[in-house]
Amino acid sequence: MSQTIIDCAQISKSYKLGARRAKNVQMGAAFTMRDTFSDLMGSARRMIRGKTRPKREQDDVFWALNDVSFEVKRGEVVGLIGRNGAGKSTLLKILSRIVEPTKGKARLRGRVASLLEVGTGFHPELSGRENIYLNGAILGMRRAEIDRKLDEIVAFSEIERFLDTPVKRYSSGMYVRLAFAVAAHLEPEILIVDEVLAVGDYAFQKKCLGKMHDVASGDGRTILFVSHNMGALNQLCDRGVLLENGSVTMIGPVDEVVNRYLKSGLGQNSAMVEFPEDPSKPCQFVSVEILHEDGSPTTDFSCDEPVRIRLRMRIREVGGGVFMSLQVLNLDGVRVLNSDIRDLNTSTAEALRPGLHAFDVVIPPRLLSPTTYLVNVVCSIHFAGVVDQHESCCEFTLSDVETPINQRPGVLGARLPWGHRIEADQLG
Amino acid sequence: MTETDMINTLDKPSRSSLDRVVSSHALGLEPRADGANQGSPEIVIEPRSGWIAIDWREMYTQRELLFFLVWRDIQVRYKQTVLGSAWAVIQPLMLMLIFSFLGRFARIEHGSAPFSLFVFAGLIPWTLFSQGFPQAALSLVNQQNMLSKVYFPRLFVPVACACVFLVDLLYSLVIYGFLLLAYGYTPAWTVIFVPFLVVLTLIATLSLGITLAALTVFYRDFRHLVPFMVQILMYVIPVFYPAWLIPEKYHSVLALNPMFGIVTAYRSAILGYPWDFQCLLISSVSAVLTFVFAIFYFRRTERAFADFA
Repeated sequence: MSQTIIDCAQISKSYKLGARRAKNVQMGAAFTMRDTFSDLMGSARRMIRGKTRPKREQDDVFWALNDVSFEVKRGEVVGLIGRNGAGKSTLLKILSRIVEPTKGKARLRGRVASLLEVGTGFHPELSGRENIYLNGAILGMRRAEIDRKLDEIVAFSEIERFLDTPVKRYSSGMYVRLAFAVAAHLEPEILIVDEVLAVGDYAFQKKCLGKMHDVASGDGRTILFVSHNMGALNQLCDRGVLLENGSVTMIGPVDEVVNRYLKSGLGQNSAMVEFPEDPSKPCQFVSVEILHEDGSPTTDFSCDEPVRIRLRMRIREVGGGVFMSLQVLNLDGVRVLNSDIRDLNTSTAEALRPGLHAFDVVIPPRLLSPTTYLVNVVCSIHFAGVVDQHESCCEFTLSDVETPINQRPGVLGARLPWGHRIEADQLG
Repeated sequence: MTETDMINTLDKPSRSSLDRVVSSHALGLEPRADGANQGSPEIVIEPRSGWIAIDWREMYTQRELLFFLVWRDIQVRYKQTVLGSAWAVIQPLMLMLIFSFLGRFARIEHGSAPFSLFVFAGLIPWTLFSQGFPQAALSLVNQQNMLSKVYFPRLFVPVACACVFLVDLLYSLVIYGFLLLAYGYTPAWTVIFVPFLVVLTLIATLSLGITLAALTVFYRDFRHLVPFMVQILMYVIPVFYPAWLIPEKYHSVLALNPMFGIVTAYRSAILGYPWDFQCLLISSVSAVLTFVFAIFYFRRTERAFADFA
């Protein structure tokens, strides 16, 4: 068995919300023994009485992390996965010794460098060269070490020409490149990396991923890595730790954890939703399902897979004609698609008879950009108006797992045909 | 690690929370530690409470960072100024000129040395003190981003901020040398004790600066209080008047303010004025004690800095 390098045992962190009493301010809210004790008593009481938390306490104390335990072995690359606010950054801050846990204990064996931000301590007035030394020292490098690696860092950052220019005159891309170049040359036994790859241009992001990969596979360095970029996580990590609302809900091989994370979506069963029948309605939705190509309900799709939305309807009276539509919205609330029954051939639409009907609507692969979408469904009767509608009833996520950078900004995700020809050859 | 293992680890009489960085020797006692990890420290992270010892070892291993922080502030201080580091000299010189001018009218009894030399001798420690401690007081708040993003010995922040003004003090001493030449005044042999006094001044500056830095993180009121404190201290400390203007019986009480004894001692050391050893002793002891208090108070509160900054 290889050695445990990071050993996290029942780490919890609470923050007090709202107005802080002056007495508490001095010692930092939840750090007094008395508070910790009363918190413990409070949770014990809750356990006995059932799960309802007293309202006041709920307002006062926020558990950013709750009983987080996991281990990382030497040389492992572990991805921390979870939505915003799940406690990933708090955990990294505790392991970086920036904040102290409220409860629990963690042991780290070896020199730790944490990279929660690129360019921490960069001073805008100082030149690139000066900032390399400063930032290096802040991240825990020795002067001699920086001297030795200076050329390598400069080459990696691709800013040779501007090395003696104050960084305040740098473009943001140059700034990030320089900052990451310093960080990439750290040689700790344990590297803690927050989502720092989200910045910078695509080519450089790729380079950083490559560098991190070298670091990981090279000399048995242990890495704890947070990213929302599932492609990067899949590519870099061996194992994943899934954090939900401050607790660890899954530890396992990274692809399984990523899968579970993607499937968990916004609500557990948002791949399929059923509606109770209401005989007073002339027609209604019975269920809406998001289906994989193979017919299984899922919320997690690759960009290259078709998304099938199945609407099941109960039609009781035909009246002036049944009309239904669905909208696909992205999380910005932009309606990216609208489709209605007229997209079906008109003869079928007009010949709808009372009974149970199923309609399949397919969103073709590579149409939408990789992100999360919500589905609205509306059903109306001619001349009677809307009789049934459900907003955001289902949700699905497209991800571009093939490319390491799971981003294609813009609403559409289609691959466009590019042509290329050489109009004049320099050598010719 | 199995469940029982974990419990065993937790049940083990918890090591004193004082030593966060346990030596590799101690690590050798761990059942799961293998030889490969000898030499690298084990870091134990757990909630601590109460007073916390100073981690000299950690500060020693990261001493280069302190150097870089001081170096950064020196580099940055006079960037994009026309006069550059001349400002370090201009400030005390202007003050000296103003006070010498006023001194002619106030007819302050200032002993054997010319009034300008008398005032400047007091301004040397005063400049370090009056610029160093307010900067140190604001240092944590001004650099809160760094506090919440990376770990390093927090004490370095206020210490580096105050130490920057040692450079100004060096400039001042050089100018003072020229002034002595210009006036043809021979300094007393006790001038060799000046370095010792500089250390005392730094200790006094740091003790106030470090305490205020920690307080300012939690109570931003000190932001507004500090400039006011500087003004008051300027009158309480005998910078531009001799200590003997104040009745002797108050001296031992006033000397509880470290700068009282220190400023007086600069004049005795350089200009050969009579020493007030009782005063200096009280001030030195007071400086050292407040310094120790400041560091421990800082250590006690530093674990909450990132949560509050």
